[in-house]
Amino acid sequence: MSTSSPNSSASKIPVPAIAAAAAALIGLAVVLALVVAPEDADQGISQRIFYFHVPIALTAYAAFGWGAWKALLLLWKREDRYDLESYVAIHQGTIFGVLTLATGSIWARASWGHWWVWDEDQLVLFLVLFLFYSAYFMLRFSIDEGPRRANISAVYALFGVALIPVSFLAIRLAEESIHPTTFTRDGPQMTGLMFFTFCVCWVALGTLAYALYRVELLGKRLDANLRELREALTG
Amino acid sequence: MIRARAVEKRYGRRRALLPLDFELERGGFLVVTGANGSGKTTLLRLVAGLAAPTGGELEVATDRRGLGYLGHEPLLYRDLTALENLDLYGRLYRVPERRERAGMLLERFGLWGVRAERVGSFSRGMVQRLAVCRALLHDPTLLVLDEPFTALDAEGAELLDRWLGELAGSATVLLTTHDPDRVAPLATARLALG
Amino acid sequence: MNYLADVTALARKDLRLELRARDTLPAMLLFVLSTLVVFHFALPSGTDEVAAQGLLWVALVFTALLGLARAWAPEQEGGALEGLVLAPSDRSAIWLGKSAAVFLFLAAIEVVALPAFALFFSPLGGSAVFGVLLANVGICSIGTLLAAMAAASRTRELILPLLFLPLAIPLVVGGVGAGLSADPGRYLAFLGLYDAVFAILCWASFEYVVSE
Repeated sequence: MSTSSPNSSASKIPVPAIAAAAAALIGLAVVLALVVAPEDADQGISQRIFYFHVPIALTAYAAFGWGAWKALLLLWKREDRYDLESYVAIHQGTIFGVLTLATGSIWARASWGHWWVWDEDQLVLFLVLFLFYSAYFMLRFSIDEGPRRANISAVYALFGVALIPVSFLAIRLAEESIHPTTFTRDGPQMTGLMFFTFCVCWVALGTLAYALYRVELLGKRLDANLRELREALTG
Repeated sequence: MIRARAVEKRYGRRRALLPLDFELERGGFLVVTGANGSGKTTLLRLVAGLAAPTGGELEVATDRRGLGYLGHEPLLYRDLTALENLDLYGRLYRVPERRERAGMLLERFGLWGVRAERVGSFSRGMVQRLAVCRALLHDPTLLVLDEPFTALDAEGAELLDRWLGELAGSATVLLTTHDPDRVAPLATARLALG
Repeated sequence: MNYLADVTALARKDLRLELRARDTLPAMLLFVLSTLVVFHFALPSGTDEVAAQGLLWVALVFTALLGLARAWAPEQEGGALEGLVLAPSDRSAIWLGKSAAVFLFLAAIEVVALPAFALFFSPLGGSAVFGVLLANVGICSIGTLLAAMAAASRTRELILPLLFLPLAIPLVVGGVGAGLSADPGRYLAFLGLYDAVFAILCWASFEYVVSE
């Protein structure tokens, strides 16, 4: 069993470096979002949550997509390691998904006075995805370890990625949105500095997600290797 | 027909089959023995393609069409009759003249009288006999039988003995049993696990 | 075509089993009727048509779940699923055959449930019925595959609803929309899209759900 995935160039970057980069970027992002960026004319302070809410949501999508990609690789190449990589990616995605719900709820409260609104497409979508991916973990933990579990988890992960656009369409069809459009067809309705802050937050959160992904992956692989070692010594 | 090099199977932490080497030539008859938990069933499932090895190489020179498998479960539908079960498998395996073949097997194994009865009403021995018929239905070139005699009644076991005797040389057989003496005259090789 | 022959043989097997055992269909029928009656008592008088239509879909989804929980039971009793997987036929045929049978069962239930709904609550238009049919395809496709996943798990019947409901949400949206909206075409088209996407996904991935 290998301790690392030797393929992509990104996986060669050592974990501490990524963690440091993430920490630095997050620090920068927080400063920019809370201090530097100008206050929005309509929404005031609550708008600052948006610098985190939307990037967190985007990171969650990316994590689910990454998990589905690894799942596809598992079914295609039949290599063990993709199962763990897919699982960890989806785990991260779910964490960020919960954060999306939390920040979205705070934003809704600050903007419209309610802790939950059904009219916000994104929020409802994440609720559905939260239910879906929670079931992923229940499914995974109810099957004994082995290729069967890996296969089934992978297929379910692929279903998740198909569900995202389909669900979004459904929610759009179902409700009229009162979500203020941040990006119009002409481009972001934000000033240059706001857009810059948004991008920094996005990169920061993406890096944080990747750092957490690598750390968890490393931890789980270490666990597995330790187990093997213990067995080899005693068994 | 079968070539195995360092084939092993693990389910997470659990070692179901320790690394194993063996070869079985076409027409051979390999008898596998071993205590419970030594991996006999796992080995047969690997050969049948129901599981994939986690280590080593396993080559089986036949596809699903040429493989007949008998496991611990009969792989039958309880609410269908014997004939209906065999007819379904006959279709899926594209057995030529499947009705005649099914009829012949049912007769050979003493089940012709109950051919239109639900499998759920059979005794254990009869179910196993039908499972044997199912495994033999498509005239497989490789027979993988997991303790076939265990669930058979005395008469059924004799009928299977006779059939295996007739097969000797023309089909390849891989069989596990707790009673190796029974098939000793037919065996061309032995393998003891555990 | 061999593939179609396999699918037909498998679907007929399921129909034969249900006709013989006669346990799932009557149960589903009674369940859907009981649910509709419960809904009558659950809704205060003067509730509008919109709410009632929504409840139709709740009833259909949960009735489908009841049937799906038992979909693979015959294969599990004697281990026949492995027998099917061992056969040289395409594994996706196993899924397609089973889905087709489940579709027919669900449609049979709806032949009674929809008129009952019209009787108890409010009439259903053509687009609503068409919506039910389209949603059926989706329910049977994903339901059959998810039920096979659940069969591989230790928690069986417990986990199937958890797997099924999030995926069923878009179907409910499409179905209710088809019944109520002034422009049902969009919702029906959406249901068609859902069916296409997920049927293809199920067809391609079923092999991996039942094998190692």
